[in-house]
Amino acid sequence: MNLAGQWHYAMQIMPSLLSGVQMTLSIFIFTLIGAIPLGIIVGLGRASHFKPLKDLLGIYVWIMRGTPLLLQLIVVFYGLPIIGIVFQRYNAALFAFIINYAAYFAEIFRGGLQSIDRGQYESARVLRLTYWQTIRKIVLPQVMKIVLPSIGNEVINLVKDSSLVYVIGLGDLLRAGNVATSRDVTLLPLLLVGIIYLLLTAVLTFIQQRVENHYSYFK
Amino acid sequence: MLELKQVSKRYGRKTILNDFNLTVNQGEILAIVGPSGAGKTTLLRCISGLERIDSGEIQLDGKPFDPYINRDNDSVTGVVFQDFQLFPNLNVLENITLAPMLALKKDKDAARKQALDLLKRLGLDGKEQLYPYQLSGGQKQRVALARALAMQPRILCYDEPTSALDPDLRQEVEKMILGLKTDGMTQLVVTHDLDFAKQIADNIKRVEAL
Repeated sequence: MNLAGQWHYAMQIMPSLLSGVQMTLSIFIFTLIGAIPLGIIVGLGRASHFKPLKDLLGIYVWIMRGTPLLLQLIVVFYGLPIIGIVFQRYNAALFAFIINYAAYFAEIFRGGLQSIDRGQYESARVLRLTYWQTIRKIVLPQVMKIVLPSIGNEVINLVKDSSLVYVIGLGDLLRAGNVATSRDVTLLPLLLVGIIYLLLTAVLTFIQQRVENHYSYFK
Repeated sequence: MLELKQVSKRYGRKTILNDFNLTVNQGEILAIVGPSGAGKTTLLRCISGLERIDSGEIQLDGKPFDPYINRDNDSVTGVVFQDFQLFPNLNVLENITLAPMLALKKDKDAARKQALDLLKRLGLDGKEQLYPYQLSGGQKQRVALARALAMQPRILCYDEPTSALDPDLRQEVEKMILGLKTDGMTQLVVTHDLDFAKQIADNIKRVEAL
């Protein structure tokens, strides 16, 4: 194939790649929407002084971080129906991603929470703020600033991890490229897939910088 | 008038305060002096409700008063911490108005007006938009004081107000504390600096390590 032919072919497979991007982005966005708040809550629990809660959440984090995400996807989609919990493919993927990423986020937030000086809580307390007011107005903004670089890492990982949904039969970007590659016996689709991932990551890196800049107003 | 009657506080097996008695009269400045480890800060933490006393009684105007429980109901004590503990993510104005708005349910304009008045009185006008990292130690302390005063406490407590500052700022702190005294504020100052205590205090209470 000459260059014009290559270009023509690329344009031909682009719609299927873009519909794969849709799945990738949809998993990505909804996982973040679910996993970040859940991660904050689990992180607060892990940083608390209530031992049973701390231990229970510790076990959760251990399981989530201690087994492959691929395995977790399989268990949620193929395993849970055995005990009567049936998810649609897409919901199974989201559920597995959210509980997996929430565990990583929780550990990041726990670290951030524990780096806040106890004196901050105490000064809030003598000013008669409630626990939740203290968390929302004083602690979380400071924690956010601390955890942003680590969160950014996980977020970029998530874009690529979303390709694991192929294992339960969902069609994402990487799978679209794979299908085209084996059908047409050319590596060009996978090259395009790589470029699209890089573009997505570039956008995310840009957003991350913007958010970090937003938090640079205090030290 | 705040009285402590035979107050004891232990951490595990270590006794920090043992049958401790103390009286702070309305409008006076009481300095608590003693070496490090003598329980000065613990005492202040008990009075401001950050620690619960193990035994004894605290009285406010002759009535029993538990700062640990009462904390949420009434502005009895304000605290200026040794390291100030300003909120780094909030600017000077927000540091001062946050608690009056959230805890006293003041509206924004009233809280703001009060904060600006306090800043002016403490010589910090024009600093309201700055963030804590942009302030000097002395300025941070005055913001911490303004923040405590905005809650209209009856008793103001200072934990080592001179220790985090340059020595030449000591007189500034003296002026600040004595200035508040002329307004009738009851103040309790924990310090290891006896000279400083003698300069400002009406009464000095010495504590020794147990």
